[in-house]
Amino acid sequence: MDYPGMLLHGAQQQGGKERADMDSRIVIRHAEEKDLETVIKIDAAVSIDLYGTVVDKVAYWQGIFDYFVRRIKEKRYFLVAELDREVVGFIVGEARAWEFGSPLCGWVFAVEVYPGTRTMGIGQQMFREICQRLRKTGVSTVRTMVDIDNKVTLSFYRSQGMRTGRNIEMEMQI
Amino acid sequence: MKLNKASLFALIAVLELASDPTKQVSTNEIAEKYGISTHHLAKVMRNLVYHGLAQAARGVGGGYTFSGNIKRTTLLDVIQKFENLESVIEMPKLAVEGPIVIELKNVIHEIDNLTRVVLDTITLETALKSAMQQSLSKSVTPGT
Repeated sequence: MDYPGMLLHGAQQQGGKERADMDSRIVIRHAEEKDLETVIKIDAAVSIDLYGTVVDKVAYWQGIFDYFVRRIKEKRYFLVAELDREVVGFIVGEARAWEFGSPLCGWVFAVEVYPGTRTMGIGQQMFREICQRLRKTGVSTVRTMVDIDNKVTLSFYRSQGMRTGRNIEMEMQI
Repeated sequence: MKLNKASLFALIAVLELASDPTKQVSTNEIAEKYGISTHHLAKVMRNLVYHGLAQAARGVGGGYTFSGNIKRTTLLDVIQKFENLESVIEMPKLAVEGPIVIELKNVIHEIDNLTRVVLDTITLETALKSAMQQSLSKSVTPGT
């Protein structure tokens, strides 16, 4: 989000040139088969950073790649971010209708940035890009769900303009 | 959620100062802009200085400047300098702590938890961006 300097002034605002230099080092593209291993590594690094532990999710990511990368990709987006030609982040989402009774909208299932490259605007660029692509499919709302203790990701989505939505996630032990 | 006046004034003052950290803003200016008590706000400003969120500017004009971290400080951080967030429902001490009371406490905890998460994930920067967006869409000056 770019705003005039009326609010967020001076030193608090990232310099235009500095920002542009950083942006020129970041490339957002569709994920390819070769990215699977890196995606799993980034997910593991994020998991350690947030929760101090790693769960084996190889099968999960293979399934996600199968659905979002290998099959027809219409309205499905698995984007990766390259910083200086190295994949350091990814975002996954799609446009779906009637999920949980909701008319056509965009769902973002995951956004992760390698912890060492946070606060460089990578997540923001990926989020902007996926929103642009979702908008082209006729979507005007984007939704997501985040663990209540995941302050990093919740704060990120809020910084992009997201607010608590109309759907309330509910659960119980069975 | 019950938010006391001092917390609300502190949020207003911190956001006003953080919107332009290079600018010195006086207590009177903020009080006049929002129609709030100068006396009450002055106390709040001293507290903000004590907690490192504002700096008293010396010299001509005086006033305050922002001295916190706009990207890291959340709304909850500011509020907690002034109060412990009270529960949305005040639970009196009851003679019996049976299943009904426990269930009511669980409901209150659920609401409180959501309130806390919302306030703890909005940084000053995010709040200001959002305020700016609203002012652009309504074409009014932020804070009015």
